[in-house]
Amino acid sequence: MTLIATESLTKTYGGGVTALADLTVAVEPGIIGLVGANGAGKSTLIKILLGLLTPTSGRARVLGLDPTTDSARVRARVGYMPEHDALPPDLSAAELVTHLGRISGLPRTVARERASEALRHVGLYEERYRPVGGYSTGMKQRVKLAQALVHDPDLLLLDEPTNGLDPAGRDAMLTLVHRIGTEFGISVLVCSHLLGEVERICDTLVAIDGGRLLRADHISAMTSATDVLAVEVSEGTEELAARLAALGLPVRRDGRLLLVELVDDATYDLILGAVAELDLPLHRLDQRRHRVAELFATREPSHA
Amino acid sequence: MPEPTGVIHDIGYQRYTGPRLGRRAVFGALYLHGLRTAFGLGRSAKAKIFPWLVVGIVTAVAAALTAIRAQIGEAVMTYAQFADNMSWLVIFFVAVAAPELVSRDLRSGVLPLYFSRPLPRADYPLAKLLALATALWLLLGGPQFVMFLGAAFSTGDGMSGVAEELLDLLPSLLYAGLWAVVFASVGLLVASLTGKRAFAAGGIVAVFLMTTPIVGTLSVMPSRTVNELAFLASPSTLVGGVGSWALGDLLVSEDQRGVPIGGFGPVYAVVAVLLVSGCVALLLRRYRKVAAR
Repeated sequence: MTLIATESLTKTYGGGVTALADLTVAVEPGIIGLVGANGAGKSTLIKILLGLLTPTSGRARVLGLDPTTDSARVRARVGYMPEHDALPPDLSAAELVTHLGRISGLPRTVARERASEALRHVGLYEERYRPVGGYSTGMKQRVKLAQALVHDPDLLLLDEPTNGLDPAGRDAMLTLVHRIGTEFGISVLVCSHLLGEVERICDTLVAIDGGRLLRADHISAMTSATDVLAVEVSEGTEELAARLAALGLPVRRDGRLLLVELVDDATYDLILGAVAELDLPLHRLDQRRHRVAELFATREPSHA
Repeated sequence: MPEPTGVIHDIGYQRYTGPRLGRRAVFGALYLHGLRTAFGLGRSAKAKIFPWLVVGIVTAVAAALTAIRAQIGEAVMTYAQFADNMSWLVIFFVAVAAPELVSRDLRSGVLPLYFSRPLPRADYPLAKLLALATALWLLLGGPQFVMFLGAAFSTGDGMSGVAEELLDLLPSLLYAGLWAVVFASVGLLVASLTGKRAFAAGGIVAVFLMTTPIVGTLSVMPSRTVNELAFLASPSTLVGGVGSWALGDLLVSEDQRGVPIGGFGPVYAVVAVLLVSGCVALLLRRYRKVAAR
């Protein structure tokens, strides 16, 4: 089943601003990272998926439903965590999440039970009875996540869930999102402008820029082909490069480093063998995972 | 061997397969939440002070009127006149409750959380409007009911006396409903324009009170027609005009003259309907815009 699919989706705002331009993408259930710079069209895409905005042209499908015509049914099965502050300060987290659970159609007692469950899952216990106004940013983000979970959606749309959090808070939030996607069995679309964060937890990555699709693929497909080994020797770099080239390994120079494409585990043996044969002092040999960012950086000119 | 008791198991995340209620239940939940909010229930103690102060005053006035009537044997105020005389308190109640209902949500940014749920856009403002109107109606109707109880128990004419009182009360409750609907729709529309509660409260008081000088000016103009139509200019006098046309002697006793609207009663009724429907239409339009943000 396709989780989210768009067909040449275009959204132009009143002032002639194009937020999405001819975006066609389809993703499978799982954890999906939606990355792009600020203003790339991430929030607009989410709002179209929720049926809050009508696309100028093109079509979108969420969980097999059209959000423009069937928005109530889509929204019943989707949880949304907005980017900005969204919590009234004088209500307690328990009250707010219960109330929003009822707005999602849960019966009164069920809403109360599921609200405390959702808050427990995001790590809020006794503090849930205190007014939200006194919460830290990290706690507020957790409440926002809990309210998106309370009605047991099939898909979560998280708009910048790590916004405003310190490094430890970011890690905790990402771990939580990962748990929701794997243990809870709920598909998650995580929006972020920080690629490094999202690539750690998602299965699929969708990158957009200026409302256009840069790339959409499984994260494994994006990274596996590009793993390289970095070799550093204190002397004889030239000789080693020549030897490795002779062994049929593509070698690139990067300052004092030799970058060798990692084909399989035998590559390690070949390199170590060559270093030992030449009797060179090996400084380091490590695997470099190409950051997905580099992929996009090299691809971008072709789109410009 | 006895089983250990009180063990907590982490059963992990539970999927929900139970019923999901429809639009009516969701609307009801939002409406009840709004009604509670208007009286500060489920809110901090600070939020309760003003609503319950107003409730206290109107109830005390009703109790005093009932006591006086029981002593001297004749009504100081009819039920409808009670609503008229309490209108200034209603204005203050609206000025506090309407921003509490809508401005707060605008400011805290909670609206995206509502509109990303299966809640039709129009239902949010309509539920809030209905909640505010109900609160105002209870505020005016409740004390009238107190007065009715006092009169019914102290009547000397047995059941026929009670029935007569009831016939006086029922139209007045409708009249209180008119106050409630007009004040709620105007107040909520003003409050929905700003997220700042103080501005909203000021705006509401301004709309209701600043329009009375216009009425004053128009009613001393040399034209009789202008004078008789002058009371259209302010929501409070508009309601009073409709009341004295529709209720007649229930509102206006022989010794004091009601709002002098001449033969323009139906005009007042039509304008009241137009005012309410105009406010509701603008309110819905406002939230169509807000929801898309």
